[in-house]
Amino acid sequence: MRGGMRNAMPEQPADVRNKNFQEVALGYTKEMAVDEAQRCLNCPKPRCVGSCPVNIDIPKFIHEVAQENFAEAYKILKQKSTLPAVCGRVCPQENQCEGKCVLGIKGEPVAIGRLERFVADYAREHGLDNDVEAPAERKGKKVAVVGSGPSGLTCAGDLAKMGYDVTMYEALHAAGGVLMYGIPQFRLPKEIVQHEISALKKLGVKIVVDAVIGRTFTIKELMEEEGFSAVYVGTGAGLPHFMQIDGENLNGVYSANEFLTRVNLMKAYEFPNYATPVYVGKKAAIVGAGNVAMDAARTAKRLGAEQVYIVYRRSEEEMPARKEEIGHAKEEGIELRLLNNPVAILGDEKGWVNGLKCIKMELGEADASGRRSPVAIAGSEYVLDVDMVVMAIGQGPNPLIKQTTPDLEVNKRGNIVADEAGATSIPGVFAGGDIVTGAATVISAMGAGKKAAAAIDEYLSK
Amino acid sequence: MAKIITKANLAPAVYEFVVDAPLVAHKCHPGQFVIIRTDEYSERIPLTIADFDREKGCITLIVQAVGNTTKHLCDTFNEGDDILDVVGPLGHPSEMGKFGTVVVVGGGIGVAPVYPIARAYHELGNKVISIIGARDKDLVIWQDKMAAISDELILTTDNGSAGRKGFVTDPLREMLEAGEKIDLVLAIGPVIMMKNVAATTKPFGVKTTASLNTIMVDGTGMCGGCRVMVGGENKFACVDGPEFDAHEVDFANLVMRQQMYKDQEALEYSCGGHCKCVEE
Repeated sequence: MRGGMRNAMPEQPADVRNKNFQEVALGYTKEMAVDEAQRCLNCPKPRCVGSCPVNIDIPKFIHEVAQENFAEAYKILKQKSTLPAVCGRVCPQENQCEGKCVLGIKGEPVAIGRLERFVADYAREHGLDNDVEAPAERKGKKVAVVGSGPSGLTCAGDLAKMGYDVTMYEALHAAGGVLMYGIPQFRLPKEIVQHEISALKKLGVKIVVDAVIGRTFTIKELMEEEGFSAVYVGTGAGLPHFMQIDGENLNGVYSANEFLTRVNLMKAYEFPNYATPVYVGKKAAIVGAGNVAMDAARTAKRLGAEQVYIVYRRSEEEMPARKEEIGHAKEEGIELRLLNNPVAILGDEKGWVNGLKCIKMELGEADASGRRSPVAIAGSEYVLDVDMVVMAIGQGPNPLIKQTTPDLEVNKRGNIVADEAGATSIPGVFAGGDIVTGAATVISAMGAGKKAAAAIDEYLSK
Repeated sequence: MAKIITKANLAPAVYEFVVDAPLVAHKCHPGQFVIIRTDEYSERIPLTIADFDREKGCITLIVQAVGNTTKHLCDTFNEGDDILDVVGPLGHPSEMGKFGTVVVVGGGIGVAPVYPIARAYHELGNKVISIIGARDKDLVIWQDKMAAISDELILTTDNGSAGRKGFVTDPLREMLEAGEKIDLVLAIGPVIMMKNVAATTKPFGVKTTASLNTIMVDGTGMCGGCRVMVGGENKFACVDGPEFDAHEVDFANLVMRQQMYKDQEALEYSCGGHCKCVEE
């Protein structure tokens, strides 16, 4: 075992990477990974495992890394996780596995995410992931998975391993959900997402793209006409919220979903090589402070915006984005305008944005949830000089499935009501991920997909 | 993938594609649309379903070559070729019922999306008066098809080269001024035409519906690129529409938003050197 500090992750320098779309974090070398793995104490009662939503046997795979048995380490990861190369990159490990690592009490926790990423990347680069274990027995029953984001992919993967005949339906032209349209290339290369999805196809999962459930098929039709014995709904939180302030329909105002979809899914950053255009101003304001806001801000910077502001009504302490992402954004030259709330978007005579009217805020009393509410300071309005605004204030559930499946119970926000195992008000219909919880994390969606797969198996085994 | 079964040239730069899309054909209703992506480098563009055959599993799309993607499709895609992605049906179907006398107004290639709706009105026993218009006689499409499902068909051209000279709003205004009983007006075409139809019918209080042709990306409600102000509220045309009460639509904002990518659209789309327009 060696010292208390984890190995740093090599990265592209900030003033280089903020001009390209290549991955920021470069990943551990073999030597760094083995060295880092040797820090793990191999706790007899590991706290890290229980705080991983898919319960990867963390000490076991790290032990194999320390022994340079990368193929074995990969097998251990894949037993529980469908998307290790993705999770190693985008999980908020500080709140999950790494947050519970005993080494974190006095020093730094083992870099579990970085090791997971290393193993998955090594396996992909060395072809160790070609041998997919075919399911031992076929169950002879069909399950439909609606939505191919993290929860759907996980649910489909687990069901396929159990021997079910799984078909996954995706409304867009590429599977992956937020991994494809939302999280930028510089944090999560799309080739890696597609590589991990291709492993599902080897397991026998059929992926049908361009199929909008609610339009192309309803859930009822899937069960009554298409012969599915159960359906898993993992359609996410894809409905963008706007602030409902004046000027939101001016040219140069985007939802973060639209801006990121154009850039990530449609590759507008390679326009005109790819046909989808994207508008980028010289000075951009991104409203919101979650991971989506950070992604939008860093994307605008890479597309040539000279000045990019994050406009947030609370203070840095309350920002919901990962600390690491806030740090990356700052290093890349993004300016935080904290305790600022937009009240109107201003435009020129041709209908283009030319300013964001903000009011300054101060933090008041803590509310029931313990967060201090921002309160406007009277008379403090001013105009921020911008020619682009991206609204990244959150997403709600898409209403399409609810509209076409009237007996599916939803709550007042439109989220599907499901129990701990994912069972909904309709027998045989399960749901999980953001469509149930509201916008959350990739790994919590994967955890929900895993639980639902187990519940579906139990339901169909009765 | 959707195979092109037939391709026909209807007017200068206007093509009719019949494509094999059984899932869409099986479920679609008049007023709905699809989003297509021609190939790996393509953008996603919305096209209205102009006709469909459930038994044969095919849908008809009318495409005017106006920008890079539509030119690429019209110039390089032929019978037997595959369109990479066709997703749908999307949007709400048109409201159907027996309303009485319905005037359907189609401007330019707007005649194509009008057709299946007008046909359904006709089949439900409405009296259908169709007004179709174009700049010039060469640009008139589907006159015969429209005539077959209309109780009355009026053709207008801006330059008077066919039918009566003038705009589609002229005969409409005359009918309204003559006190003809009109229960519903449906307008589909260029925004300026739909705006003018709405302005024509408003003083008479005749219910008027327009099918809005906004910029779209996904077409499933996840981005808001297609948002329009209707009755002072923000609506997403792809999931809340595309048809709205034309008297409530902020057409000025719609026109303005359609200009958003004018500069980029003027750039030649080079399709990465991988697509077949280079080979040919």
